[in-house]
Amino acid sequence: MNPSTLPNNKQIIIERQNFQRLLDVLKNQGYQLRGPTVREGAIVYDEINLVKDLPEGWTDVQDKASYRLQKRDDKALFGYVVGPHSWKKFLHPPVLKLWEAKRCEDGFEIKEKVAFTPQYAFIGVRSCELHAIAIQDKVFIEGPYVDTTYKNRREKIFVVAINCGEAGETCFCTSMNTGPQVSFGFDLALTEVIQPDRHYFVVMIGSAKGHDVIKEIPHTKASNQEISIAQSKVEQAREEMGRTMDTSDIKNLLYRNHDHTQWDKVAERCLSCGNCTMVCPTCFCTTVEDVTDLTGEETTRVRKWDSCFTMDFSYLHGGSVRTSVKSRYRQWMTHKLATWIDQFDTSGCVGCGRCISWCPVGIDITEEVAIIQEDKAKEKNDENA
Amino acid sequence: MSIQISDPMLPELYKVTKIQENTHDTFTLEMVPKNKTKIFSFLPGQFNMIYLFGVGEVPISISGDPSSTDFLVHTIRAVGTVTDAMSKIKEGQTVGIRGPFGSHWPIEKAMGKDVLLIAGGIGLAPLRPVVYYILAHRSKYRKVVLLYGTRSPDDIIYEEEYQNWQENFDITVETTVDNTDSEWQGHVGIVSALISKKDFSPTNMVAIICGPEIMMHFSVQELVRREVTWNDIYISMERNMKCAIGFCGHCQYGAKFICKDGPVFCYSSIQETLKRREI
Repeated sequence: MNPSTLPNNKQIIIERQNFQRLLDVLKNQGYQLRGPTVREGAIVYDEINLVKDLPEGWTDVQDKASYRLQKRDDKALFGYVVGPHSWKKFLHPPVLKLWEAKRCEDGFEIKEKVAFTPQYAFIGVRSCELHAIAIQDKVFIEGPYVDTTYKNRREKIFVVAINCGEAGETCFCTSMNTGPQVSFGFDLALTEVIQPDRHYFVVMIGSAKGHDVIKEIPHTKASNQEISIAQSKVEQAREEMGRTMDTSDIKNLLYRNHDHTQWDKVAERCLSCGNCTMVCPTCFCTTVEDVTDLTGEETTRVRKWDSCFTMDFSYLHGGSVRTSVKSRYRQWMTHKLATWIDQFDTSGCVGCGRCISWCPVGIDITEEVAIIQEDKAKEKNDENA
Repeated sequence: MSIQISDPMLPELYKVTKIQENTHDTFTLEMVPKNKTKIFSFLPGQFNMIYLFGVGEVPISISGDPSSTDFLVHTIRAVGTVTDAMSKIKEGQTVGIRGPFGSHWPIEKAMGKDVLLIAGGIGLAPLRPVVYYILAHRSKYRKVVLLYGTRSPDDIIYEEEYQNWQENFDITVETTVDNTDSEWQGHVGIVSALISKKDFSPTNMVAIICGPEIMMHFSVQELVRREVTWNDIYISMERNMKCAIGFCGHCQYGAKFICKDGPVFCYSSIQETLKRREI
C-alpha cells in the first residue's frame, strides 16, 4: 500500500529484515538511539546504532538476588525482561551540573549551566517502564515546581515500546496494573513474533510522529491472524507472571503497620546498600554537592541520585532521623506503596521486579507485603473466633 | 498550578550588610540583594535556602519584618558545617539566596482571636515575623502572649525588643530557662509549664509553636488539656533539605514534604505522624 495513506489506528507489520530501517529513520530524524545491549553479563540501556547492538538471541533468568543471561533457542531481539537499568537515567540524569560559581573581587558570581537537551529515541520500552515514566512525570512536571531538565528531555523523546511476550520470575506488573500490554505513552508499540519460517513485528502507531516514521519503512497491513498471534503473546506473558502482590487497601495496611515486627526481621537481612533505590525506575531522590577546585576559586554545584538507605539522607543537626536499618527499609517500602499514593495519586511501584533481583540478600517486596497481610488475616480470624 | 521562576535551583546573590551576635552561638544577618533594590515579599514562617560559596546550602527561616522589603533578615544558630562557616561571615561578604519557600503561620485565621506564641531556643526566630506582623496590625488581634524557653539566660535572643512589644503593643512576654545561675529572677523549667488558661480563650484562639519536637509535643499536650482543639494549633517542622521544591525527597515526613507542604503545619494534619518514631 501507499505509505502516505496509512491510517493511524490500524496495525502494521514490519519484517525483521527491515528493522534496521527503523533505527536508520529515527537516526536520520536527529534522534540519539538508546536501547538494550549486552554488557558485563547484563542487558543494559545504552547507545545503539545497529540491530547487532541489540541483545539478539539472549534472555535473562531472574530470581531473588539473581540475574543471569542465557542463550535463547531463537534470535529474538527483545527476548528478555528488564535489566538493572531503566530509562530514568536518561530523563533524570544520575549526575547533573546545576551551576558554577567563581570567586571574584566582590564575593562570587554564579553562572547558570545551560544544559544541552539531548533528543532521545528509546528502543524497547516495556509497559511497566512507560508507567514508571508517567509516575516520574507527576513528580517532576505536575507541580507546583517543574524540573526543567526532566521536562525538556521528556518532551523530546520518541518511544518505541515493546509488548512483553514473556514474563520474568520477578515480574508482577499484572498486580500493579502496569502491563504487560503497552497501553499509552508510545509513538510505536511493537510485538515481536518469531515463527519457524518468519520473524516479524506487529506495530501499533501511537502518534503522528510514529506515523511519520512508519511512512519511511517498508511495511504491510497486519492481518487479523497476525494481530491475534501478537495478542496471544501478551496473554502468555500475563499468565507467566512470576509473582503477585495483593494491593487492596495496601496504603492503609502499611500506615496501620508502622510497628509491625516484620520490619525488625527484614532489617536483620537488609544491608542498607541502596541497590533497590538505584535500580527502581521511579525512585527520584537526589542530593547536591559542591565540587570545588584545588585553589578554592571555582566550584560546581552538582545534583546526584541519592538513596533513603543512607544515614546522611535524614541527617539533621545532631544526628540522623532514621538511625535504624529498620526505619530506612520501612521508609522506602512505605513510600513506594503507601505515602506515594497520598503524594502523587499513584503507587510508586510498577511491579518490574528489579528491586527483587538486584537486592544482594534477596529481599522480596512482594513477600514482605504478603507477610504483613497474613497477620491482618490472622487478626481478622482472631476477631471472628 | 506550576511555579515558573527562572530556575528554582539557582541562587540570587545577596550582600551581608550587618551582623549582630545574639548569643555565643547565634547571630543575625541583614542582607540586601546585589542585583535589585528590593527583596522578595514573604509571609511569616517561610524559609530560604542560604548558600555559602564552596561550603553548602541550608534551609533557614526568615526572621525579619514581612512589611519591610529593604533587606532580608535571618537569625542563625551555628550547629553544623554550613552554619558554623556562616558564623564567620564578615560584613560585605556575598551569600546565595533561594526562596522564599513553604507554608506560613496562620496570621489571617488568627485575626479577631487570642494569639499564643510558644517558642523554644532558636525557634523564636521563625516566630518574630509573626510578632512584627501583629505589631503592624495590632487592633486586629485580641490578647497576644509569647512564651519563650531557652537552655540558659545567655541563650535568650531578641531580648532588647521585648520592652517595646510589651509596653507599646500590649504583648505579654514570659521567658523561662532550663538551667541558671543565682542572678536569674525569672522562671525555671520547661516552656509548656508557663501555659496558663488566663492567657487565652480556648475556643477563640490560635496557638503558634516553634521549637524542638519534644518541646512542641509537651506544649500541645498542655494546650489540649486546656481544651484547645488540634485545628487551632500550628507547629513548624524541620528536616534535611537539599532542594526545597519537592524533588530531592530528603524532607519527607510520612506523606508530607516539609519543604512544600510545610514547614508550618496545622497540628491536626500531622498528629498521626508525630506519634511515630524514625519517620
